[in-house]
Amino acid sequence: MTSSTLPATTPTRSPARRLRRAGGSGRSESRLATWLILPTAVFLLSVVGFPVVKALYLSLFEDRFAGAGPFTGLGNYAKALTGDGSADFWPAFIVTNVFTGISVTFELAIGMMMALIMNRAFKGRALVRTSVLVPWAIPTAVTAKLWLWMMQPDGIVNAVTGQKIIWTGSEWPSKWAIIVADTWKTAPFIALLLLAGLQIIPGDVYEAARVDGATAWQRFTRITLPLLKPAILVAVLFRLLDVLRIYDLPALLTRGSNDTKTLSMLVVEQVQGSTKYGYGSALSTLTFLYIFVVAFAFVKLLGANVVATQAPKEVKK
Amino acid sequence: MSTTTTDRPAPPHPTGTSGVGARPSRSINWGTLLTALGVIFIVAYCLAPFYWMVVSAFKGPNNIFNNDLIPTHPSLENFKAVFSSQNNFGKALISSAIIGVTSTVIALAIGMFAAYALARLRFKAKFLVLGVVLATAMFPGVALITPLFQLFTDLGWIDTYQAMIIPDISFTLPLTIWILTSFFSEMPWELEQAAKVDGATPGQAFRKVIVPLAAPGVFTTAILVFVYAWNEYLIASVMSQTSVSQPVTAAMARFVGSSEHQEPFGTQMAAGVVMTIPLVILVLLFQRRIVAGLTAGGVKG
Amino acid sequence: MRRTAWAAAVVAVGVIAAGCSSGTKTAGSGGKDAAGTIMFATGKDTSGKLQKLIDAGWNSKHPSQKVKLIELPEDAEAQRSAMVQNAQAKSDRYDLLNLDVIWTSEFAGKKWALPLNEADFPKDQFLGPVYDTAIYNGKLYAAPWASDGGMLYYRKDLVPAPPKTWAEMIKDCAIAKKNNMDCYAGQFKQYEGLTVNASEAINSAGGDILKNDGKDVVVNSPEAKKGLQFLVDGFKQGYIPKAAITYDEEPGRRSFQAGKLLFMRQWPYAYGLGNTAGPDSKIVGKFAVAPLPGPDGPGATTLGGHNLAISAFSKRPKGAAAFLKYWTSAENEKQVAIQLSFAPVLAATYDDPAVIKAAPYIPVLKEAITKAKARPKSVFYPDVTKAIEENVYAALQGKKTVDQALSDLAKKLEEIAKQK
Repeated sequence: MTSSTLPATTPTRSPARRLRRAGGSGRSESRLATWLILPTAVFLLSVVGFPVVKALYLSLFEDRFAGAGPFTGLGNYAKALTGDGSADFWPAFIVTNVFTGISVTFELAIGMMMALIMNRAFKGRALVRTSVLVPWAIPTAVTAKLWLWMMQPDGIVNAVTGQKIIWTGSEWPSKWAIIVADTWKTAPFIALLLLAGLQIIPGDVYEAARVDGATAWQRFTRITLPLLKPAILVAVLFRLLDVLRIYDLPALLTRGSNDTKTLSMLVVEQVQGSTKYGYGSALSTLTFLYIFVVAFAFVKLLGANVVATQAPKEVKK
Repeated sequence: MSTTTTDRPAPPHPTGTSGVGARPSRSINWGTLLTALGVIFIVAYCLAPFYWMVVSAFKGPNNIFNNDLIPTHPSLENFKAVFSSQNNFGKALISSAIIGVTSTVIALAIGMFAAYALARLRFKAKFLVLGVVLATAMFPGVALITPLFQLFTDLGWIDTYQAMIIPDISFTLPLTIWILTSFFSEMPWELEQAAKVDGATPGQAFRKVIVPLAAPGVFTTAILVFVYAWNEYLIASVMSQTSVSQPVTAAMARFVGSSEHQEPFGTQMAAGVVMTIPLVILVLLFQRRIVAGLTAGGVKG
Repeated sequence: MRRTAWAAAVVAVGVIAAGCSSGTKTAGSGGKDAAGTIMFATGKDTSGKLQKLIDAGWNSKHPSQKVKLIELPEDAEAQRSAMVQNAQAKSDRYDLLNLDVIWTSEFAGKKWALPLNEADFPKDQFLGPVYDTAIYNGKLYAAPWASDGGMLYYRKDLVPAPPKTWAEMIKDCAIAKKNNMDCYAGQFKQYEGLTVNASEAINSAGGDILKNDGKDVVVNSPEAKKGLQFLVDGFKQGYIPKAAITYDEEPGRRSFQAGKLLFMRQWPYAYGLGNTAGPDSKIVGKFAVAPLPGPDGPGATTLGGHNLAISAFSKRPKGAAAFLKYWTSAENEKQVAIQLSFAPVLAATYDDPAVIKAAPYIPVLKEAITKAKARPKSVFYPDVTKAIEENVYAALQGKKTVDQALSDLAKKLEEIAKQK
């Protein structure tokens, strides 16, 4: 990503910025920035950078039983997109997007509601804040087993609702099972981020609005939402990255049956199951590239003001 | 409402008690009612599946195949099994705490440095850095395990804490940096400026003014990072081989029934309950900081 | 980046070192073992008695070369994954590998397991099909450790005599209907258990999936069709309940123990649990086991179980080989069967009165295992089983006809066999 991808810098300079420029501290700031970012760079390069580069390299070789085979260029990529692997790749691509679209929408709606409630003053809000965190706090490996158990044909979900749905064994119910479990677990993540975002909205903005006679809904859409945009953006962005890589829930709930096999499951199948590192790495890279495009488009479309550095905020009418 | 162009966000009120919370008297009833309904919905939504987990945990070993909403013969057998000598669960809780706390502290420290630079300092590659940091969270995690395992094997790090702490830090840094950058960008920076004018170094200005101001964001991030490390399984399952370093997730994966095909469901649910307790305590301790951080920072002074 | 380069150098050195030391001799021949404990990588011990048994036996006699367990996760995929990771890193952390029977070919083919000295493990003492699971390319690569086979669990209080054929069983479904029960279920979720159940149906009908260590594909045969048709018709005609499409071992056991299922294809583990008094089992003393039915007479079960191999990267192969020889001795096997409730691998152990007393189903299991067949052998087993699972599941769900499913499967298996 280059600077063109984040059109967030506002032309208006803050007095602070002008002050600093006048002070002529640009070069020393740049040096300080380098030192401050260096530890991050060391961690990310060694733990993520090294394996990613290795995967990129491996993806250019054919797989042989004994290990890496001859150089094949983009052969593994062609295999996934148009060749033997395309019958697995495209359905996985579609269902991954279906999960992402539906889950993130629900998570945002429910998370927003949770955050707004938690932000209010009422008795026992400690209880609410704690219970909201419970789903997020239990490891996915455990929640997946819990949901699998609950969604058995003679499990508690069918017992309580009086249904006879074969949740993990039919087309759409199995997709809903995954979406419900994912939404339940991660709506609190969004809620926490939005709650923190709400904290930073100055109270007197609401005061002024109330004096102007704005309704609760107007205050929400005209103050809360615009001011919460950076927090929403970060929360949704990281949920996008996560759901696009979803693995453990479908792996445990359906094992990919009934068209629920996601891109990450394909990667695991190739890398851990078949030990085909070349093809598996190509699949990882394709997943990575797709997520990159989605994130890029998302940041671009929403005019991501994540780093609206030091600019005064304008509350639009 | 007219366009409010605040030059800086004024020092906010503790929004928990004012803000959207306080209303003129005539709408109090509706607001309270809505809040009450919302609270009921949220608590039910979050806790209903968890309740089933607790119920399952308290059912005896040969009493798991029923849908009774209240255990008819409550039993502690599953909890005893969790802490039985062959599971090493107590040791695993300690390992998880060590891994979680260390990862959180280091990830936050490193992330704060970077986020401060990104939000506050002027340098050229800012957007490139943010983009690259984000991009490291886009590669399927499962594909990173094999090369990391080989690297850590060569370094002799298998079955050590650092083999989990270092990946945990790296996997949570993107989120940490993005959240903190977004928060730091929203700060009333003139206060830092004022501190600098008063003769504080950039470091002091950061520590004394910005850190307290950023408390809600920092504590929220800390909780998210800690939960991530506490729940991390993929890396732990590969890097920790014995009870020397196994965190709870890896220890739980070693729960077994009385034979190969029997699922130790009750024990797993009991372990799930046990491992949420420390997090619940943590949130109860810190929940005030998540929301009240801004006022605690003494901005108004 | 400097650290990365350094790590790369370390990797390179490791590869060279490993390249120098690897040989093709059988385990136990050649040079001296390194000192130290023999590390035994195995799925978590379910009985909790395994280490004690080893301590009391082998370890007390070999204090300088003790055997110690490294317990891997409960999940089979995670176990395989851990062993594969270690093999690829050429790590000597594991000396003994507890392999599911289906992984044996892959570990042998990839030279991650050492061939054993066949004289130490006389073939005639083992049950034939069990011994066969440890053979790859005509050589013995592992010592059978525990067997496992499917049996037909039936309600002896409701069914006068266990059905011997599929037709008899379907006829008996009238009894299930009368009692408001489901008739028959096995494991039909899309997972390894489905491969087991499908192979059982196909083998029982006289068909097969792969031959010749996975090189010849023979699944597109009338016999195989007949076998798969039995399962597909079950879902269509209702003698298998719809819910069974989600069943792995446990939900089936749940239904059987709740008295909602008349016949169940299941492993021996359900026997003891079904007879454990408590709210979970309403069928204590009301059921018995029989060999699985087939089209014209008793069918063929598919073998489960585990083999014990010696890691090619072990520095203690001689001690490990000696331990394997000790472990598969008749005397030890008896203790294993009684204390750990493993299905024995030696023929004689099945006839031991003490063993039969501890597990009354043992004679039926012996009959089943003697006639059992192994799952398809292939060095590409993960690909093979995935192809079987997906096509069989599609047929069970009615998304493909039996003919279509088997011809698709044959095509896929041909591609897999052709891989280099």
